[in-house]
Amino acid sequence: MSERHTISCLVENHFGVLARVSGLISARAFNIDSLTVSTTEDPTISRMTIVVDADAIKLEQVKNQLNRLIDVIEVQELKEGQFIDRELLLARVSVDGRSRAEMESIVRNFGGRLAEADEDSVVIEAAGDTHTLDRLVEQLRSYGITKLVRTGRVALEKQ
Amino acid sequence: MAAKMKGAQILVECLKREGVEVAFGIPGGANLPTFDALYNSPIKVILTAHEQGAAHMADGYARATGKVGVCLATSGPGATNLVTGIATAFMDSIPVVAITGQVRTSVIGNDAFQEADTIGITRPITKHSYLVKDVRDMARVVREAFYIASTGRPGPVLIDLPVDSTVAETEFIYPEQINIRGYRIQASPLIDRAAIHRAAEAIAQSKQPIIYAGAGVIHGTAFAELLELAHKTHIPVTTSLLGLGGFPETDSLSLGMLGMHGFEYTNYAVAQCDLLIGIGARFDDRVTGKPDEFARRAKKIHVDVDPSSINKTVVVDYPIIGDVKQVLQELNRIVQAPDTRAWLATIQKMRQEYPLLYREKEKLLPQFIIQEISELTKGNAVVATGVGQHQMWTAQFYQFNRPRSMITSGGLGTMGFGLPAAIGAQFGRPDAVVWDIDGDGSFQMTTQELATASKHKLPIKVAIMNNQHHGMVRQWQDLFYQGRHAQSEINPVDFVRLAEAYGCVGIRVEKKDDVRPAIERAMAITDRPTVMDFVVEETEDCWPMIAPGKPHDQMLGTYETLKQAGGVPQHRRSDPDEEAKLSLG
Ligand SMILES: Cc1ncc(C[n+]2csc(CCOP(=O)(O)OP(=O)(O)O)c2C)c(N)n1
Repeated sequence: MSERHTISCLVENHFGVLARVSGLISARAFNIDSLTVSTTEDPTISRMTIVVDADAIKLEQVKNQLNRLIDVIEVQELKEGQFIDRELLLARVSVDGRSRAEMESIVRNFGGRLAEADEDSVVIEAAGDTHTLDRLVEQLRSYGITKLVRTGRVALEKQ
Repeated sequence: MAAKMKGAQILVECLKREGVEVAFGIPGGANLPTFDALYNSPIKVILTAHEQGAAHMADGYARATGKVGVCLATSGPGATNLVTGIATAFMDSIPVVAITGQVRTSVIGNDAFQEADTIGITRPITKHSYLVKDVRDMARVVREAFYIASTGRPGPVLIDLPVDSTVAETEFIYPEQINIRGYRIQASPLIDRAAIHRAAEAIAQSKQPIIYAGAGVIHGTAFAELLELAHKTHIPVTTSLLGLGGFPETDSLSLGMLGMHGFEYTNYAVAQCDLLIGIGARFDDRVTGKPDEFARRAKKIHVDVDPSSINKTVVVDYPIIGDVKQVLQELNRIVQAPDTRAWLATIQKMRQEYPLLYREKEKLLPQFIIQEISELTKGNAVVATGVGQHQMWTAQFYQFNRPRSMITSGGLGTMGFGLPAAIGAQFGRPDAVVWDIDGDGSFQMTTQELATASKHKLPIKVAIMNNQHHGMVRQWQDLFYQGRHAQSEINPVDFVRLAEAYGCVGIRVEKKDDVRPAIERAMAITDRPTVMDFVVEETEDCWPMIAPGKPHDQMLGTYETLKQAGGVPQHRRSDPDEEAKLSLG
């Protein structure tokens, strides 16, 4: 059965590594939901968080293939409930005088804020796990989202 | 302070320390400093006719010796010409280091003259690659490249050298230690004892076990261990195409090759077995056919160094990740033999009932020729091949007894591999008798390397099965495309004159009685290459065959169907039919 899985990799922080990882994933026809790269506490190492849609066997293959790359130092699957994950969302939503207040209260409920506001639209900024942000997007939809961007998942293992 | 050296000199110094004796390649603008530094070095540099030839020679050298093969090309077209050769080595896990020139660091990305993104182009077909932008990285990179190419599951590594990194100077400090934190084989040299114990248990309880051995046995130099396992447990052994030579075909427990063009009785045995022991083999689709149907009654053990090979196509019950040699040593220590007498008797019966067969025709048949070569060389030659029917007939009719004797492109199926691979093999093993059994189609993809063989007076023997067709394509068109021969005919070529033009001996053979004397004559020529133009039957098909997507017990061109079609049946001579075969003795 196909499911979403979060894989966290530590990779060498040098040129070409992202191309190797993304090339491998596309060459093997694995379905990827999101991929983020960022620096870590060690400047020579980057962390990649990869969310894939795969069944158990395919997932094992993704991990094994990633492990084969010389520039990949560590591959870890983050199991449901054992990690904290966040995404950042920015959305431009149309508003009028009446809906502006409603909007502000929705956003506050989700722990977000207005990053920018003008006459007939606002830009909403919110961080949260994927599921929470999905719900926020649902609620904003009726107001008219004109632009939406999400960073994709970053995750850290719980203690 | 150590004296300063140019990058190219550091490269050569490092190659020497890796024990490189020979490198194959072609110079050009971007790698002139490298060739210049090699000019007065003890490393022999072989100029090839084409960079594809250089890559296949490095590959053939590596397959024949077990050492790392080295090829050199300039930037742009030189590097792109290597691509087929690198991909061939990658698919078959062959240790090759390819060293390419690159445009100056400062103009990379500007579409400079002869610029190509070599790292980008080769990324999916290399085990790893390096762009050396700073001469201070040169020594470390070369050291790592050889280490990565030759350890774990071997494979090609590419080093891209912008001209400036080869002419810039720095101190030469040889890195004694290698520290690649992302390279896992260092981290886990330990074998999984518990998994081996479970597998041993499964072996002891099996009634109809088969060992399916692949190239991992050869790469991992585990032939002695495999032989010991088979003899200790009385379990018969079949090999993949690339596993040929990993288990002696003269041994009474040998079942030869399995798969698409494997032996009929061997595939039947695989379909019936209750335990399949995969050793250093990757369950390629040419072996398994339809993965769900493959050995469907059997529990499966899979020993492999590469975790990504396990459960890739066929789901196995007993995975064992580790160095094949070490795993087999441990397995041999603890394994208990099952009682396989009834099973061996069943196989023996099938072997007699379904022998490999071909029917005499008026014209020469490749099967006969290859059998003669096998006999006259006593199965001791190093044999390279092209891709097609002749390759499969070589696998069927040449009796391989020694590791590193079958040199063929299994994974990528690269036509044109045979001649350059044979040349590389001969450079690596000057005393070996090296043959290239080739097709007229395959041979013409890299014919120009006769110039290389001729210049170095290599005594290789090229036996062309000249059927004036892309035979394997023609066979598939007859089988699956109503005989519509869309571009599978090849214009006749006078290979004897072609050979002579390159300074080789050319011999044409058209009659059965001339085959043996011609092979003997070729074998007596030791001061230059010989090209044998065997003019063979044009429409002979390669049997038996598992049609794509069909299970192993539904083969085409079986013994029964061929027998019914009439003609004089010829058996594979090396199959003794006496009872002794497959006995427990
Ligand atoms: C480089 C390359 N191009 C095309 C093919 C497809 N192909 C597979 S077998 C074959 C025909 C081979 O003909 P030949 O070398 O004469 O051998 P034969 O089958 O006649 O023995 C072709 C074209 C291939 N394997 N490799």
